[in-house]
Amino acid sequence: MAALVVRDLAVRVGDKLVLQDVDLELAPARIHALMGPNGSGKSTLALALAGHPAYAVVRGQALLEGQDLLPLPPEARARAGLLVAFQNPPEVEGVKLREFLRLACAERGQGFCEFQKAFPLALARLRLQDFRDRELNVGFSGGEKKRAELLQLYLLRPKVALLDEPDSGVDVDALKLIAEVIREMAEAGTAVLLITHNPRLLTYLPPAQVFVLLDGRIAECGGPELACKIGEEGFEVVRR
Amino acid sequence: MRPQGARLSREFVERLSWEKGEPAWMREHRLRCLAIFEKLPMPRFGPDLSALDLADLTYYARPVEPVRSWEELPEELRRTFQALGLPEAEQRALAGLGAQVDSEEVYRSLLAELRAKGVVFTSMERAVREFPEVREYFMRVIPPEDNKFAALHGAVWSGGTFIWVPEGVEVEIPLQAYYRMQTEGVGQFEHTLILAEPGSSLHYIEGCSAPRYSRASLHSGMVEIVAKEGARVRFTTIQNWSRNVYNLNNKRAWAYAGARVDWVSGSLGSRVTMLYPTTVLLGKGAATENLSFTFAQEGMWLDTGARAIHRAPDTSSRLVARSVVQGRATSVFRGTIHVAPEARGAKAHMECSTLLLSPEARTETIPVVRAETDEVELGHEATVGRVSQEQLFYLRSRGLDEAQALSLIVNGFVSPILKEIPWEYALELRRLLEMSFEKAVA
Ligand SMILES: Nc1ncnc2c1ncn2[C@@H]1O[C@H](COP(=O)(O)OP(=O)(O)O)[C@@H](O)[C@H]1O
Ligand SMILES: [Mg+2]
Repeated sequence: MAALVVRDLAVRVGDKLVLQDVDLELAPARIHALMGPNGSGKSTLALALAGHPAYAVVRGQALLEGQDLLPLPPEARARAGLLVAFQNPPEVEGVKLREFLRLACAERGQGFCEFQKAFPLALARLRLQDFRDRELNVGFSGGEKKRAELLQLYLLRPKVALLDEPDSGVDVDALKLIAEVIREMAEAGTAVLLITHNPRLLTYLPPAQVFVLLDGRIAECGGPELACKIGEEGFEVVRR
Repeated sequence: MRPQGARLSREFVERLSWEKGEPAWMREHRLRCLAIFEKLPMPRFGPDLSALDLADLTYYARPVEPVRSWEELPEELRRTFQALGLPEAEQRALAGLGAQVDSEEVYRSLLAELRAKGVVFTSMERAVREFPEVREYFMRVIPPEDNKFAALHGAVWSGGTFIWVPEGVEVEIPLQAYYRMQTEGVGQFEHTLILAEPGSSLHYIEGCSAPRYSRASLHSGMVEIVAKEGARVRFTTIQNWSRNVYNLNNKRAWAYAGARVDWVSGSLGSRVTMLYPTTVLLGKGAATENLSFTFAQEGMWLDTGARAIHRAPDTSSRLVARSVVQGRATSVFRGTIHVAPEARGAKAHMECSTLLLSPEARTETIPVVRAETDEVELGHEATVGRVSQEQLFYLRSRGLDEAQALSLIVNGFVSPILKEIPWEYALELRRLLEMSFEKAVA
């Protein structure tokens, strides 16, 4: 069964209809890619699925293992197993990374002892050992923010992970690390949607399926070769 | 005395003094204060006090007789004190405990070993009769002319505590007082006087609460502290008054050479609070720290502040405030630093941060810094932050509900102050915060 099924989704931001007729299915333990030029609506899709109040779903369905997500508040969607790694995570002053993750893990049903063991390992895995007592995203560089997002998802083990440009602003070494962690998450069973307009990450993580978003609609859908073609010729390939 | 008819009048004040068996000087003091009260205007700044009808208050109530053990208290009150954790704290973490309901003390205890060292921890009434030192200091630190509510307090005060710590005696575990207002429409006016002899030390903690009524009640306590050469006094107050309470207090300390006085105040309740703990640094090298945490919620006006008056060389002060404002509420912080010409080499630092949780929340910071010598080091910072919808959504998208997310943010914001509070009380503060977020979100 698909982990996430999105059907006929339309999303409005303010007065503007940003997404229309969006259909996609994500399979467990698989990597999928969502590509599209800037402004095509990729982040809107992730945020609408996570329940952001500014992104109004005007039509359609989103089912997580058959459960309808759309009536749920954001926290219930997360608890059900859908998590987004933000393209631009906000800084939250005063909230310690560790304190925050301890609470979030408890909400995902993980015990305190389990967290005590898993947290240092996850920090080491993402080379964030020095960030244990830092305030959430405060003063993190672009690349550190991306790794911290991944750290959170890695610990929270979602059923569906929507990763919004985990590669932007990341140097080559960190890019490899990020790719390994994402692969590990997928191997553990998470259905991954990689949102990117940069095909390089996809050379490390060949997706089982590629969706291309143009002007708020899924314009094309294909195998890994589609990502290569876009890498070589740009989104013009799809437009034609 | 019957609480009925305990309205404010000369006759009432005389009767109060007579029933307490006071010496003549105190009776005269009360009457002088009453005359000053009648002359002084209401405060000309800060919150609206028009819904507080001073003619409609009950100025004396004694709903409960004093007891020797918690078991003897009336069932309901015993359960209240138990829920507040008082008997347990007394056993585990305190050197002494006093509890007052409305106008009179109902319970008091002190560890035998402190009594043996000569520490005095007794009711203010008894101290007025038995300790000559009291006359020397009572309302000298805060004279009745200071403001209308100081004068009112001087006229009608009842209850409170006198503490005397002998020279060189260090009281290592805290002493605590708990104030409860039980009767509808009552006024509570306890007086606390602390004399810390040279080289002594003390940590005193006050807690306060009241059941909620629709009628206004008034809490107008006074705290006077005299810290002699090299003494250290820390005074912590955590008030969680119900939303019908006007909490208009006066707190002031004198710190002699090398002494240190620290105020820690947590204001979570009341409808209106006016509270500006003040330290007058009278001797060379005296120091003070004033930590204030306020949490103003729907309908509340918390007008707080801190004052440090430097009157001697090499004195230092540090005023730190953290305010959180939720709903249609107002938080004002008035920080005053005054450095007199003779206070060469003084250091003063003031820092005030506010976190607004709603668009309607109002805040104001009013710093007043006056230095009459050039040989000072002054620092001052103020910041106002807002919890953004983006931050809230971000935390919720990881599985925390709104109440959890808010209390996580607020806990982080106030942690520099919570660190200074004994952990049991910090825990209690955290719990109170969480409860109010759950209510606000629901
Ligand atoms: N919060 C918002 N307010 C106003 N417009 C928005 C908002 N979020 C997205 N949009 C608009 O929706 C469109 C898609 O944006 P976005 O989803 O961020 O694109 P992408 O992630 O593909 O670059 C853009 O035109 C953008 O300006
Ligand atoms: Mg985007």
